Order: sequence, then C-alpha cells, then structure tokens
Amino acid sequence: MAGAKEIRTKIKSIKNTQKITRAMEMVAASKMRKAQERMYAARPYAEKIRTVISHLAHAHTEYRPPALMDRPDVKRVGYIVISTDRGLCGGLNTNLFKATVQSMREWQAKGVESELCTVGTKAAGFFRRLGVKVAATVSHLGDTPRIEDLVGSVKVMFDRFREGEIDRIYLVHNVFLNTMTQKPSVELLVPVSARVEKVDAPHRWDYLYEPDATVLLDTLLVRYVESLVYQGLVENVACEMAARMIAMKSASDNAGSLIDELQLVYNKARQAAITQELSEIVAGAAAV
Amino acid sequence: MAMTLHVDIVSAEKQIFSGTAEMLVATAEEGELGILPRHSQMLARLKPGQVRVKLQFGEEQVFYVSGGLLEVQPHTVTVLADTAERAADLDEAKAIEAKRRAEEILAARSDEISLARAQAELAEAVAQLQAIEKLRKLRKA
Repeated sequence: MAGAKEIRTKIKSIKNTQKITRAMEMVAASKMRKAQERMYAARPYAEKIRTVISHLAHAHTEYRPPALMDRPDVKRVGYIVISTDRGLCGGLNTNLFKATVQSMREWQAKGVESELCTVGTKAAGFFRRLGVKVAATVSHLGDTPRIEDLVGSVKVMFDRFREGEIDRIYLVHNVFLNTMTQKPSVELLVPVSARVEKVDAPHRWDYLYEPDATVLLDTLLVRYVESLVYQGLVENVACEMAARMIAMKSASDNAGSLIDELQLVYNKARQAAITQELSEIVAGAAAV
Repeated sequence: MAMTLHVDIVSAEKQIFSGTAEMLVATAEEGELGILPRHSQMLARLKPGQVRVKLQFGEEQVFYVSGGLLEVQPHTVTVLADTAERAADLDEAKAIEAKRRAEEILAARSDEISLARAQAELAEAVAQLQAIEKLRKLRKA
C-alpha cells in the first residue's frame, strides 16, 4: 500500500492549503466591504473639487495657473502608478502594468520619454526591473491609506510639472466596476483643460480672492491632484481586496476538485491492493 | 420663502455636511467671512477654525476644520476641508523623503536588466494568466 500512503499525504497537504486559501478569502471579503465604504466616502470631495475646477475653467481669472493650460508640444510625460503592496490578488497588478507599459510605448514611439511615481511595493519592484526613471515612490500604506502619506510623492511630480520638466501627468490605477471585474485605467491628471470641455460662458466673471489669486489657485490645483490620487488609491485598495477574494475562491475551488480526483485515485489504489491480497490468499490456498 | 444657500462641507475622507442654509460663517486667513445668498463668486483659504452654518428656522450647526478652501457661487457654497496637517515645509520634507526612497531603489539595482527582458517577463506572466483562465473554462465545460 505504498502508493496509497503517498496519495494520502498529498491529499492532506492540499487540504491544508485549502484551509489557508479559504481563510484568506474570508479575510479579503470582509476587508473589501470596508474598503468599498471608504471608496464611497471619498467620492463627495472628489466630486466637489471637480465642480470647483470646472467653474474655474470657465471663469476668466486674472491668473492662469500652468496646470490649467494645455501644452502643445509634449517632451516628457509622468505617470503616477498605484499598485498593491502584496501579491496573491490574481492578475490585478500585471494587467495594470501592461496598460502602463502600453501607454509608455505609445509615447515612446513619438519620441517622448516617461518617468514615474510609484505607489505600492509591486509597482516599485516592477518598474525598477524595467529600468524606467522613478522620480518618487511610496509604499506600505496599509488598508486605510491617509492623504498625508501621498502628499510628498504627488508634490514631487507636480513640482516637476510646474517647472516644465514634464508636460503631462497620468494617473494609473484600477477601477472598481464590481466585485468580479476591475479594470486598469490610465487617465490624464494635468493639464486640466484637456479634461474639462469648454463652454461659452454667458458673461465674463472672475472670483474674489482671499488672500491672493496665485497662492489660492495653486493650492486648489494641488488639492485637486491629491484628491484624485487619493481617490484612485482608495479605489485600488477595494480592487485589491476584491481580486484577492476571487483569486482565493478559485484557488479553494481548484484545491477541492484536486482533492476529489486524488480521492478517486486513492480509492482505486486501495481496492487494487485488497484484490491483489485476496487473489494471493486464494492462490496460496489452492496450492496447498 | 427666504433665500437660501446650498452648503456642502466635505473632507477628502468623508462628507461632513450637505444641506440648505441661510448663512455660513467661516474663518478665512484674513478674518471671518459671512456668506449670504447671492454672494458674488469667491475663493478663500481657510485657517483652522470654525465653520458655522445657520440653518433655516434659526438652528445653527458648528463644525471645526483644520484648514481648507472655500468656494462661493451665488447659490452654493463648498467647503473643501483638509484633514491632514498642512504646512509648506512639512510638504517639502515629505517630497524629499519620497525622492530619497526612489533613489534608494534605483541604487539597489545590481545590474540593469534591459527593457526587452522585463517585457518578456511581463509577457510570460500574462501568458500564464491566460493559461489559467483557459484551464478554468475547460474545467467548467
């Protein structure tokens, strides 16, 4: 019964793996619910600031911040890539990086170089190997990211944009469609004008500023970029949890079907051994 | 009916208040501002302090914000409150930290792997995923 014993150990080890994946599935499911709530909670701010920015784009302001104006010739582009810190979440990160690399390639074909700001250890690792210039990086933000953690990296990119080092900033993250599907998205962050459609205002108007237009508009735009990146990050956490839940569920299912198959093989092996023993006994008795 | 304002107070992490009010008083950097309906468009920076909302029928609600921005349109007021502690030099320090981490990672790279190889790795991973996907479909069929 040597074969049968081996199979038994194998079944046991698969069962152990299944226990782990099932536990991870349940943990991810409960974390996903919380992450989703956070995602919805962060939406009003993003919506409001978007409204303010679109008002601003329609106003005839005395000072036009550089982030509002489209730059005709693009020499360098920046990406803020939001990935997860941990793996075991299916193809989430891989699909995201694929989308990033594709967009980078398109720019490269036009002779435009790219540089990156990575969020999360997975992006940092991947783009280091790729050999792209990484201007800033932040990781280990946990499941409840705070906006403070992002401020530094966003500032690096935004400053480079203001100095004219890069002409466009894209935000790359996963969009939470539903629990089963997450889609990578590459969206243009600044210049803003490319995002808001122009409407002919009925009359010219400008804001009153307290204290001063330059300072205020710059602050507003920094807040705008930060809030979009934060929103992306929170959404990406929800995606991570959902993807992990699905990945772990299918791992548990696969382990289950593997166990069933092995159980069948084991039963056959056991039966064969019994039959053999019996026929040996019968043959022995016949010989006597 | 008396003229009213629509007031939204939001922070990056959640919505704090949304509703109709008769007047809003906020602490701007250059002093308190009282906003009544039909105020002309305005942008102001808030410093840490109170935001008081006078609701209809005489009720009043008070919120504390640790800074932020205020946008006024004739019939809507939006307060974009900061949750984080903000200061220019603090932001700068964080930016430097983020840059340093990036440089560290670049320095840790022992040998430069070419773009082609990394892409090959990526392609491999994608292929694996597709294979798994196919396998799963076959199982089900």
